[in-house]
Amino acid sequence: MSEVVIDLISGGLLLGGGLIGVLGALGVLRFPDFYSRLHAAGMTDTLCALMIIAGLIMQTGLSLLTLKLALILLFLLFTAPTATHALARAALSDGVQPTQDSQTAPPNDHHGSENESSNT
Amino acid sequence: MRYALSLTLTLIALWLAISGVYKPLLFILGASSVVLVVWLSLRMDVVGVEHNPGLYFPKLFAYWAWLVGQIVTANLHVARRVLSPGKIRPHVIEVPVCQHTAVSRVTYANSCTLTPGTVTLDITPDKMRVHALDDASAEGLLSGQMANKVLWLEGQAQSKRPSP
Amino acid sequence: MMGVYVISVLLVFLTMALALVRALKGPTIYDRILAVNVIGTKTVLVVALISVFSGNGDLVDVALVYALINFLAVVAVMKLARCGDLAATHTPPSGSDHAHE
Repeated sequence: MSEVVIDLISGGLLLGGGLIGVLGALGVLRFPDFYSRLHAAGMTDTLCALMIIAGLIMQTGLSLLTLKLALILLFLLFTAPTATHALARAALSDGVQPTQDSQTAPPNDHHGSENESSNT
Repeated sequence: MRYALSLTLTLIALWLAISGVYKPLLFILGASSVVLVVWLSLRMDVVGVEHNPGLYFPKLFAYWAWLVGQIVTANLHVARRVLSPGKIRPHVIEVPVCQHTAVSRVTYANSCTLTPGTVTLDITPDKMRVHALDDASAEGLLSGQMANKVLWLEGQAQSKRPSP
Repeated sequence: MMGVYVISVLLVFLTMALALVRALKGPTIYDRILAVNVIGTKTVLVVALISVFSGNGDLVDVALVYALINFLAVVAVMKLARCGDLAATHTPPSGSDHAHE
């Protein structure tokens, strides 16, 4: 009986992780500017990986494989924000301007923002 | 020297856990890789400079559990925004940073980036620039809950925190 | 359980396909790097999924190593795109022509 419950929970986690991944990728595709896309990509990096690895851990039970899966999750959760931050910083120092709302100063006239507005 | 020792022990444990095959040849290979890595780290002068493995040990897991909860709620929020992209209002905010050590500042900035909806763009010793997806994400960070948690992890009294 | 496994692998593949569209569309090189990063993370997950469900535990090591290599590759490509030289010690002034093709 408990086998069925574990299968149900881990199946739900795997499917949920896949769905969150698809939603995140949809966000990467739909959001208008680069910095917003970072948030959507962060979504696929965190919750998607978290749920899928958790689902797999429930399937494997307690073994050496469990530890390796947990290590994969640890590496992913450590490297994802570093990569995101490095990307944001590189883009910022290259002059890709974050979109400002109307209350704050308008962004400098720069080819980075031009390029983005041509896409939206 | 304490750091070199703890690094060696951590690497040995990692090797034994990942390898899974316990034969003399594998032990020799593992021992030589551990020695190589520790020697390289000592030569690069990075041992104990940036990290102190035992610093946060007991509290770290409680912090991670809390962070996972934050990640789940933030993810659901961003997922709703993905389904209605018209509602996003991306903007840049400045958040005060009151952590005292470099490690906890990095922890704060990384936790902030890890939660979808907020991405750290730039960090200086007393404040950081954060790109927020919309007002709700920005408020979640500005409320200072995460800053307090990192301060707790660092071991500082919460009353020392200057109000933003 | 096998059906769930196939569906979740297909969902992850769909994620990669959507990210690939963004990688092809650009417009800046950072969008492309971001999309490639997403594809790399999802590759780790696909390898882990296949490894557990095919019962071939050795494949998990591949996923483990790929998780590390993916991060290094993204940072290296980013530096190459930004500086044009992997050994560069300074960053070029903002708005250099590498970012926008």
